Amino acid sequence: MKMASSAETKTGMEKRAEIKARYKKFIGRKIIFILSSLVLIFIIAGVAATLGSFPISVIAVYSIIWHGIPEIFHNAGFIMSHGFKEFYQTYFTTEEIIIWGLRLPRIIMGILAGIGLAIAGTTMQGVVRNPLASPYTLGIASAASFGATLAIILGAGFVTGKYIIIVNAFVFALLSSFIIYGLSRYKSATPETMILAGIALMYLFSAMTGILQYFGEAEAVKEVVFWMFGSLGRASWDKLSLMSVIIAFCIPLIMLKSWDLNALGVGDERAKSLGVNVEQTRIVCFVLASLVTAGIICFTGTIGFIGLVSPHMCRMVIGGDNRYLIPASGLFGAALLLGADTIARTIVAPVILPVGLITSFMGVPLFLYLIMRKRKEYW
Amino acid sequence: MVKLKVKDVEFSYASVPILKNVCIELAESEMLSVVGPNGAGKSTLLRCIDRILSPQKGCILLDERDIKKMSRMELAKKVGYIPQSTTSIFSATVFDVVLIGRRPHISWRSSEEDTEKVLEILQMLNIEEFAMRDINELSGGQQQKVFIACALSQEPDVLLLDEPTSNLDIRHQLEVMDIIKNIVIEKGIAAIMAIHDLNLAARYADRIIMMNSGKIFAAGNPASVLTPENIRHVYGVESEVMDKRGRPHIVPIRPVGKPLKLTV
Repeated sequence: MKMASSAETKTGMEKRAEIKARYKKFIGRKIIFILSSLVLIFIIAGVAATLGSFPISVIAVYSIIWHGIPEIFHNAGFIMSHGFKEFYQTYFTTEEIIIWGLRLPRIIMGILAGIGLAIAGTTMQGVVRNPLASPYTLGIASAASFGATLAIILGAGFVTGKYIIIVNAFVFALLSSFIIYGLSRYKSATPETMILAGIALMYLFSAMTGILQYFGEAEAVKEVVFWMFGSLGRASWDKLSLMSVIIAFCIPLIMLKSWDLNALGVGDERAKSLGVNVEQTRIVCFVLASLVTAGIICFTGTIGFIGLVSPHMCRMVIGGDNRYLIPASGLFGAALLLGADTIARTIVAPVILPVGLITSFMGVPLFLYLIMRKRKEYW
Repeated sequence: MVKLKVKDVEFSYASVPILKNVCIELAESEMLSVVGPNGAGKSTLLRCIDRILSPQKGCILLDERDIKKMSRMELAKKVGYIPQSTTSIFSATVFDVVLIGRRPHISWRSSEEDTEKVLEILQMLNIEEFAMRDINELSGGQQQKVFIACALSQEPDVLLLDEPTSNLDIRHQLEVMDIIKNIVIEKGIAAIMAIHDLNLAARYADRIIMMNSGKIFAAGNPASVLTPENIRHVYGVESEVMDKRGRPHIVPIRPVGKPLKLTV
C-alpha cells in the first residue's frame, strides 16, 4: 500500500474524501432529525394547547406562553413565597390561566414523559442488547402497578394523603430494579440474567396485583385499571417539578455513557477489550433508566409502547449510534406522546381517553408498517 | 525486544483447571499461532492476556509492566482483542463500528483525527466501499475484516485473535491472514492467534505453540512443532506432513487411539 503509484494514491485520496463527505452527510441527517423532532414538539404543543372547551387560537397560545415567561421571572419572589398556582390566579387573565394552569402542565408532562420513556427504552435496548426491550422489560411496570394497587385498594402505603399512590408506585418500581440489580451483582450482569429475572418479577408482581384486585371493591378495581392505562390527566406544576428534577439528573448521565453503550453493542468481550467496564456500564445505565421510568410512571401510570417504538423508529432513520440516538429518540418520543395525547383528547371529545390506549392504537400500525417497508435488516 | 511475557500462568474455572504453567514470550513484529484441540485452553489464554479473565497464578507482563497494575483503558490502548463469537450486533454502519475502536482514545466527542484514523484503516483493509453500509448486511468474511479494523483503530501493540478464519471461505481466509501478516510486518504489532487450521498456522506463523489440556505441549518454529508425532499425541490423529516451500503441510489421515491427556 505504501508503494502505490501516485495515480493510485490519488484515487485513494479521492475515495477517502468521498467517504468522509458521506459520513459527514450522515451526521448532518442525524442532526436534522433531532432538530425536526424539536420543531414537531413545538408545533404539536401549540395545537394541543388550543384544544378544549374554551377556544384559544394557535397564535394566541404562543403569545400567551411567550409573554408568560418574563412575567414568571419577574415575579419569581412571589412564586417562591406563595406557590405557582397562587401566582397565576392572581396575575393572569382567564385565557392565561387556562393555558398556564390547565393545558400547559398536561403538555409539558407529555413532553417529559415522552422524552423519559423513550430514552429509558433506548438505554434498556442497549443495556440488554435486545430489540424487544423497553423501559418495562425488567418488571418495573408491574411493580409500579402493584404499588399503586396497594394504595388504591388497601390504602396501604409508605406515606398517607394525596401522594400515597405516587410514592407507592415509585418505591415499588425502584424496588424491582434493585432486586434485579442485586441479582446481577450476585450472578454477573449478563443480558440473559437480567431479562429472565425481570420476567420473573413481572409475573410475581402481576400475581400480587391480581390477588388484591380479586378481593378489592369494584370501584377501587376500576380505579386501578384506569391507573394502569396511563394518562396525562393528573398533571400539575408541582408534579412536573419533581419529574423534571429526576429527568434532568439522569438523562445527562445516560448520555455520558453513550460511547460505552455503543461498545456494548459490539459484544461484551470486544467492549471489555476496548477498556469498557461492561458490567458497571450495564448496571449504571439500567439503574438510571429505571429511575427515569419510575419517576414518570408514578405520576402518569404505565404508558406503554413509546419506550419500545420511539427508539426503533429513530434507529431506522438515523442508525444505532447512541450519541445521536438517545437525544433523537427522546425528542421523537415526546412528539409521539404529545401527538397521541392530542388525539386522545379529541377523538371522542368531550370524553378524554387515556393516552396509554392511544399510543398503542396509533403506534402499532405505524410500527408494523415501518417494519414491513424496511427491506434491510436494521437490527 | 520482548513485548509480552506470560509467566507461569494458571487459570481455573470453578476449580477446574484450564491453564497450567503457561509461559510465553513474544517479540515485536512477531506472529505467534496457538494450536491445539478443542478445550486445550487457547481462548482462555487469549482472554487472560487481555485481562477479560484473571489468572489465579502467574503474571503477564506487557513492556515489562504487569497488566494487573494497568487500568482497563491503559490496557485497551496496548492490546486489541478480536473474539471469536460474533454476538448479534446492533445496527451500526461499518464506519461507526470501526470508530468504536477509538473508544480508549476518546472521551465523548470524536475528533477529526479519529475520523481520519478510521478512514486510513478502512482503506488499508480495503473495505472503504462498505464504510456506510450496515455491518449486519455484510458477509462473514467482510464482517471479520471490519472487526479487525475495529481492533486496529485501537492502535494496539499486541493483537489477539481468536479463530479469525473460522466460518470464512478459502479466499477470505487467505485475505484475512494476509492482512494480519501485513499489519504485523508494517506496523510492528505482535500478534497471537488461536487457530484450528494447522496449515494456515504453518504458513503464516513465525512461531507455533501447541497446547494440550491447558499446558504447552510443544513450541517453536512451524516445522519443529507440527510433526506427525506431536499431532498424533495431541490430537490423536495420524497425519502426513510434507514440506511446501520450507513450511510444513499437514494432511490428516485418520483418528488413532485416544489423544494423550496430560495430567497435572
